[in-house]
Amino acid sequence: MSRPELVAPPEIYYGDSEAKKYTSNSRNQQIQSQMTHRALELLNLPPDQPAFLLDIGCGSGLSGEILDEEGYEWVGVDIAPSMLEVALEREVEGDLFLQDIGQGFGFRPGVFDGAISISVIQWLLNAESSHPTSSPPHRLTRFFTTLHSALRSPSRAVLQFYPSSDDQIELITSIAQKAGFGGGVVVDYPNSKKARKVFLCLFVGGGGGAQSRELPKGLDGEGIEEGEAAARFEKRRERERKRDKSGKRKAVKGGKDWILKKKELYRQRGKEDVPRDSKFTGRKRRITF
Amino acid sequence: MVRLITHNLLACHAKGCTTNNFPLVFKDVQLEIRESEMNPEFLRNFYPKLEWDALVKTAEQLGDTSLPKTQPPIESVDEEFLKALHHVLLEIHVEEGAMTCPNCEHRYGIVSGIPNMLLAEHEVA
Repeated sequence: MSRPELVAPPEIYYGDSEAKKYTSNSRNQQIQSQMTHRALELLNLPPDQPAFLLDIGCGSGLSGEILDEEGYEWVGVDIAPSMLEVALEREVEGDLFLQDIGQGFGFRPGVFDGAISISVIQWLLNAESSHPTSSPPHRLTRFFTTLHSALRSPSRAVLQFYPSSDDQIELITSIAQKAGFGGGVVVDYPNSKKARKVFLCLFVGGGGGAQSRELPKGLDGEGIEEGEAAARFEKRRERERKRDKSGKRKAVKGGKDWILKKKELYRQRGKEDVPRDSKFTGRKRRITF
Repeated sequence: MVRLITHNLLACHAKGCTTNNFPLVFKDVQLEIRESEMNPEFLRNFYPKLEWDALVKTAEQLGDTSLPKTQPPIESVDEEFLKALHHVLLEIHVEEGAMTCPNCEHRYGIVSGIPNMLLAEHEVA
């Protein structure tokens, strides 16, 4: 898997062309939407109240669009101006901020009913300069403490990210705990290389909803069912490959079915001298020496 | 797309700026009114979270005086009032301009509706 966070800082990596590419890629769209839905599920918001959410690293608004669809009011922050520009073009409904989450938020305490973040906080794990405030632990601490105070009690924050090692997960969860969060890591499809997704599920206070502090279970199995997991054209490709392999739908060239079909076709077209069908049609010849 | 609802949540987050850092003051603003659908339930939910004085003060600065000076209790709120509140909170968009912190005077510029909340290295707490 490629790791863009190792290439350049986010505001530079997601320049104009990369921002457009990222947003128009149908596979990205699909994966982002799935993860956003899953994050909302983990957020466990009370169903009858219109919530006010924070989208951390909202980018071009792929996740925000889903928040719009689901009827939430939201505020998005991102560090890449090009991505925010795309979000403006796409006319998402939330308010957007150009902000470095490693510098912390300036929101008043307790205003948000929840926070989601899709594929973002791995970007906090790289130091951009040697200045003390740009070390990953310092930035993570600043991020989690200000996030914690911006959230209402009880509520939840669900942060999906791509850790490159278990050490990173440990670093992030320990800092989140120090900032006052409860909860932990939920792993979906832990046995699948492709579908595996890590969600940091953080609780403020009781964790929101009528449920206890118990951590939700990760989804199991080898991955999401075919078709749901795949992008738009992957489904068709898959279907075609299946058909070829099983050979049931399409007659194998040279087989009896294929010969009969061809002969029928020739007759319909009025070709002369089409051999008549018999029990010997398409039969294998005896091996002769 | 800075609406007053988000402005009402924002305090200055520069280093050492912990008192008198709310609300940020709008400067040289260009406004745009964009109508949107009202969600009374959401407004009622959000009502207790508002900093009323800051909201009224800012709305006045932007030329809207439809809100009363003191926050009416939520039980006495009627449809008419919610409409006015909805307009102030969600339909007034600040497109260009800046917000400045009343304490440290840090200037957060607003370009095409997006405020720049980035801090310089020495301002990071």
